[in-house]
Amino acid sequence: MLLAIDTSAGTSVAVVDLERGVIAELGTGDTMRHAEVVGRLIADCLDEAGVRVADLSAVVGGMGPGPFTGLRVGIAAARVFALGAGKPFVPIISHDAIAYGRFRSGHVGGLVVVTDARRREVNWSAYSGADAVGLPIRIDPPGVAKPTALQEPDWLHAELPRVDAATVSAGDLGLVAEILRANRRAFAADEALYLRSPDVTMPTGPKRVS
Amino acid sequence: MNRTNPLVLGIETSCDETGIGIVRGTTLLSNTIASSMDEHARYGGVVPEVAARAHLEELVPAIRAATAEAGINLADIDAVAVTSGPGLAGALMVGVGAAKALAVSLGKPIYAVNHLVGHVGADLLRSDDAVAEAPLEYPTIALLVSGGHTSLLLVRDIVSDVELLGETIDDAAGEAFDKVARILGLPYPGGPQIDRAAQGGDPKAIRFPRGLSQTKDMARHRYDFSFSGLKTSVARWVEQRQDAGEPVPIADVAASFRESVVDILLIKAVAACVDLDVPRLLLGGGVIANARLRQVAVERTDAAGIALRIPPLSLCTDNGAMIAALGAQLIMAGHEPSSLGFGADSTLPVSEIQV
Ligand SMILES: [Zn+2]
Repeated sequence: MLLAIDTSAGTSVAVVDLERGVIAELGTGDTMRHAEVVGRLIADCLDEAGVRVADLSAVVGGMGPGPFTGLRVGIAAARVFALGAGKPFVPIISHDAIAYGRFRSGHVGGLVVVTDARRREVNWSAYSGADAVGLPIRIDPPGVAKPTALQEPDWLHAELPRVDAATVSAGDLGLVAEILRANRRAFAADEALYLRSPDVTMPTGPKRVS
Repeated sequence: MNRTNPLVLGIETSCDETGIGIVRGTTLLSNTIASSMDEHARYGGVVPEVAARAHLEELVPAIRAATAEAGINLADIDAVAVTSGPGLAGALMVGVGAAKALAVSLGKPIYAVNHLVGHVGADLLRSDDAVAEAPLEYPTIALLVSGGHTSLLLVRDIVSDVELLGETIDDAAGEAFDKVARILGLPYPGGPQIDRAAQGGDPKAIRFPRGLSQTKDMARHRYDFSFSGLKTSVARWVEQRQDAGEPVPIADVAASFRESVVDILLIKAVAACVDLDVPRLLLGGGVIANARLRQVAVERTDAAGIALRIPPLSLCTDNGAMIAALGAQLIMAGHEPSSLGFGADSTLPVSEIQV
């Protein structure tokens, strides 16, 4: 049984299990209040699932891509919850949860997952389909682009159907982790997918005042 | 919950220090700090996004290091305390999200507290081997000076009654040190650089202005500070020398600038003590590391019959132990935990001790 947390879009928290599927899932699409809601959502989700912290086998964190400020809240919460609970931390790419959800609900063939990256940019990942165990096959890693770049006819994945997602389901995120575990596959790298460097202005030396 | 001697883990992420502190009542068990200052040095100041990213990476190692140093298991703690504000919003959110997750994972209560009041809380901590020191007495004036804040507080009771007397209306004092260091071609952080450059300089060589000390300003801003005019004045003075083709006497400029900052900080702090008849002054914040500030503080408070308290420097800079200390005070005073819905409040007023 896993606790999964994702704040790459809104805030989503779930308790999942390979056999039982999504046992409880709570969330909000609010993209501004991750720090406010994340604690209560975790507590309520565990309550609703009727699961004690000791019953969990690991804690899953959605590593993005997503807007920095919110994304970090969920990763911090998931990593530190895992530390407090004495359980392993399992990083999963948030876009994989979106693609997994589509394939599970019947989509066949390739697709491009697109999410808001703020600043008039989008994050995207390309998938060729689902494999034998239902996991999405990512063929191009998460990227960041101007929305118009994805509409160019010669864009690498222009022929694939596009899925614009405003939310990420922690239930799907947790299930991706469960299937990876069950099939002894590798999880994602434990690093936040910011995909943009921090905004900094290099000092240019003091400006004249007189 | 143990309310007589609670074991509290404090998380502080309001600026560029990831601070994890562990206290038992008023006893300090660990003050673990991971700073991203080196990453900011090449930008000449704290870059909020760089600080927030560093917090995310430092939190887990810092919590591990703190519990190891304190010799406790996370499951042993009575409560989690965390800085809710004021500070950099994105940086605060990392600590808030982490602290809530830690509290829920352990099934422990959480106390969301005010960073500035935390600086006062630092003075309540005692290390194990410390000889019995006189406890902090109330009321006290507190002068908190760092790169992020310059505030003068009246503390009647740390858990229930803290009033803001004044604060900077533009730059924090620490920022002024950084900016003047740049004017003088010195690297970041400016405080220690100015201190070094000022050695052998004459603090009376140049009379730089004391912000908000004129009669007209004192009516409205009696306990407020302003350092941007001082910075401009230093820049203008240096430019005039350079334009005239004369060498800039860096030691004199640094010493005179520093004297201006130290002077106005203590003029206002001592005035607050005298006006309000509070013969106690407590210092806090990273700029307290400045030796000249401490020296002048001792001289002026001695002369005015004011008892001066300066916590150890490791507890003056931003740290998690002061947050844990304030959390422990709230618990010992019988305050209920914060509800889980609080957020990061970058402008949290100092009168809100607990959120
Ligand atoms: Zn501070």
